[in-house]
Amino acid sequence: MKQVIELIINGEPSEVIVRPNELLVDVIRDKIGLTGTKKGCGAGDCGACTVLMEGKPILSCLTLAISCQGKHIETIEGLAKDGTLHPLQQTFVKKGAIQCGYCTPGMILSAKALLRKTPDPDPEDIRYEMAGNLCRCTGYKKIIEAIIEAGQGAHEGGPERVRI
Amino acid sequence: MKEAPNVSGFDFSVIGKGLPRKDAWEKATGAAQYTDDLKLPRMLVGKIKRSPHAHARILSIDTKKAKALPGVKAVLVGSEAPNLYGIMPQTPTESALSIDKVRFVGEGVAAVAAVDEDTASEALELINVEYEPLPAYLTPEEALEDGAVPIHEDKKGNNIIYEGKQSFGDVDQALSRSAYVLEKNFYTQCVNHAFMEPHSALARFDEGERLTLWSSSQIPHYLHRTLSLVLGIPMQRIRVILPTIGGGFGGKGEVASNELCAAFLARRTGRPVKITFEREEVFFTNKGRHPMRMHIKVGVDENGILQAIDFDTLMDGGAYLGWGVVVMFYCAAMLHLPYKVPNVRFHGMRVYTNKPTCGAMRGLGGVQPRFALETMLDEIALKLDMSPYELKRKNAVESGHTTALNNYVRHSEYKKCLDNVVKRSGYLEKRGKLPFGKGIGLAGAHYSSGTSYTLYLAYKPHSSALIRVDTESGVSVYCGAADIGQGSDMVMGMIAAETLGVPYSDVQVYSGDTGITPFDLGTFSSRVTVACGHAVEEAALEINKKLFGVAAVSLGVQGEQLTSQNGKILSQFEQKKSMDFWEAVGKYISASGPLTATGHYTPPRRSASGKVQGGNIGHAPTYGFTAQVAEVEVDIETGEVRVMKVTESGDCGQAINPISVEGQVEGSIVMGMGQALFEEMVAEGDRVINPNLHEYRIPTIADMPEIDTEIVESYDPESPYGAKECGEGPIQPVIPAILNAIYDAIGVRFNELPVTPEKVLAALHERPAS
Ligand code: FES
Ligand code: FES
Repeated sequence: MKQVIELIINGEPSEVIVRPNELLVDVIRDKIGLTGTKKGCGAGDCGACTVLMEGKPILSCLTLAISCQGKHIETIEGLAKDGTLHPLQQTFVKKGAIQCGYCTPGMILSAKALLRKTPDPDPEDIRYEMAGNLCRCTGYKKIIEAIIEAGQGAHEGGPERVRI
Repeated sequence: MKEAPNVSGFDFSVIGKGLPRKDAWEKATGAAQYTDDLKLPRMLVGKIKRSPHAHARILSIDTKKAKALPGVKAVLVGSEAPNLYGIMPQTPTESALSIDKVRFVGEGVAAVAAVDEDTASEALELINVEYEPLPAYLTPEEALEDGAVPIHEDKKGNNIIYEGKQSFGDVDQALSRSAYVLEKNFYTQCVNHAFMEPHSALARFDEGERLTLWSSSQIPHYLHRTLSLVLGIPMQRIRVILPTIGGGFGGKGEVASNELCAAFLARRTGRPVKITFEREEVFFTNKGRHPMRMHIKVGVDENGILQAIDFDTLMDGGAYLGWGVVVMFYCAAMLHLPYKVPNVRFHGMRVYTNKPTCGAMRGLGGVQPRFALETMLDEIALKLDMSPYELKRKNAVESGHTTALNNYVRHSEYKKCLDNVVKRSGYLEKRGKLPFGKGIGLAGAHYSSGTSYTLYLAYKPHSSALIRVDTESGVSVYCGAADIGQGSDMVMGMIAAETLGVPYSDVQVYSGDTGITPFDLGTFSSRVTVACGHAVEEAALEINKKLFGVAAVSLGVQGEQLTSQNGKILSQFEQKKSMDFWEAVGKYISASGPLTATGHYTPPRRSASGKVQGGNIGHAPTYGFTAQVAEVEVDIETGEVRVMKVTESGDCGQAINPISVEGQVEGSIVMGMGQALFEEMVAEGDRVINPNLHEYRIPTIADMPEIDTEIVESYDPESPYGAKECGEGPIQPVIPAILNAIYDAIGVRFNELPVTPEKVLAALHERPAS
């Protein structure tokens, strides 16, 4: 039975009609039209579909949309504000932490949740918290560097703005 | 071509600078559009029904019920798409869907297009296929047994796909005269590319039977050709466009069934059709690394100088041909470098089995023999009481070397790589001296930077580029190279910017679109930087020539004395005689019309001179080199091997963008580590039992070792801006460096991959107490 639910995505409320078995990732991508959230496995194994729900990272491919009624959801599209990238987006670009970019949205959202908990993480914190986000391109080194720099920037007045 | 530097620190303004990639911005914001992100009006969803049998005859397919399901717009079966294709066009074996026989679990048998995914899935359930099962063979040994049913009926009586032989020099004599000969067996497993973006293709037919296909591919040209062949429409009516691509590593280097089925279904329905694979389907349609059994003899003289390599391999090809024969002869060619080997014999047999097909994966043909040979050289050196570093250095190739196979190595800094990595890692101080359970290992390698021949007989340039400069759009570079995430668009943009003397930000690169970009073979064999880079540089030089004509008159300086730098065209001798680049562009266009130029590149051909055996495969314009030292810790209780640190030194010529080079090297190291320690597509019963990213485990951030890379000073004077490959060489030494380190740690040589904790524990158990 289809049902109308309200999702507050990146601060904007949207009403969507969903079937009970519909997954959040598909609703975000196909119904809301925010395709920045990626699907790498559809089974909870890769982390590409990570979004933040009430500030916490969740795998949207394992989440039923219907269970998200009234929830605040943040996707990768919600990070840049007024044409300025979020510090993590800036350091990912600058450090070369992005190759094919397919893992990037999920990676950045997981990192955002990590920085909220641990504003100045060391590599060990990152290894521990981010093991659910797979990247096949980068070997992770530059991802760790980017997260550390974004964390430092957060209490040093923000990393320099990246112009490309 | 700009002059090669004879002193270090050649003064480039763009090349060699670690610039952030332009595409990274949209990838970081989620704006980048991958194929599955695209939607067209009235678009249908396609899905493929797959075989539950590993080997069976198809007796009948009943699609009536599926067709009757509301929302289903078309159903396709193999007999309706009968034209065979293959990446090697001389010997096509594959079809869009299997026609009368299935050859592995997961092979496509029918496809549907429906209004939504649920309807498409339901329709697949309603298709009834009747099979007559045949015996299934999961290993080459089983497939070769007497009386085995041929998996391909054209193969009269056996399952051998191809048997390749090469012999250079007198291997038997050289081995009999060697002071020391080591003979060993090795086995490597099947490994999947595990790119993060599953295959996706979107097809649209317009009025007049014109097809546009958006696809996650690394070979737009071969895809273009194959669509024409299989659909039976001329290439002129087909356009292939690559949206942003989420990785390939060779796995998107062959046409995939979703591309063909989407096109057929779009033609039949008159509506756009998109087919995106589930992760499981990515494993089924795997074209990953060949499992290889290898039997190898290596002979050296009393000083450790290599005398001969005798190499015999049995390759598990899976169900179809794919890149198989190319992989076989690449493997044969890999034996001849990065060391001088006067006598080499190769014998290889690739065999059909009832499993997903094996094909091209990052470092194809090299990873398996390199694992074997680098661990053997380690063992030989220690037997001779010599440091493995010394033995490798003594045998290392230098610039100007011609191999027994007639490969010409025009440039090598391999010795520098070995010296540099040994020094930075403290290898000599640590090897043999670390406590039990800790170890350090060295390995080196090379890789072809491009390929000298096309897959089908053709004499046209392998890469071409078009540059258009105008005062409205700036500099636009059009090239057919496929940026699959490795950053080739950036490399092409940097080469154009450097040559034209304008900032990189003024250059736009348009690539991977057969409708607007000139011809290019595609992304494989680490060919793009050298081949497409040459074409772009040539086109940019031609633009300069046209602009220098304008500036020469206006400045009163001879055209040959002009150069372009920092947005100006100026005299090389008198800097104040200068003119703004864009002013010259404006003048040229006012006087002569559009300012465009083309460039192209054909690799040097190697003459056979009686030496070539095996289709000229493996010749390359130039070669990259790399050396690595791995440090490991083996947990004696659990058997777990942890790679603590990898130090790498690479000769990639002049790095065009050092950040991108580091990214390629770091990614290669972690991918190689996965193959060394845990990755394996496991086949049991009649199928691959781990077709998902949970049971097929790839390295996570928690597995990552400390990585320390350094690009050695290097410049190949015949390459565009001195550059060579860096995307496939660095995966070659990873496995043997780790395995040599494991030997140093616990005194055990592993000859089979992956080195799982179970294998380590078993070996520790058997080890004689010392
Ligand atoms: S798509 Fe959700 S974890 Fe892979
Ligand atoms: S950048 Fe390609 S998967 Fe991470």
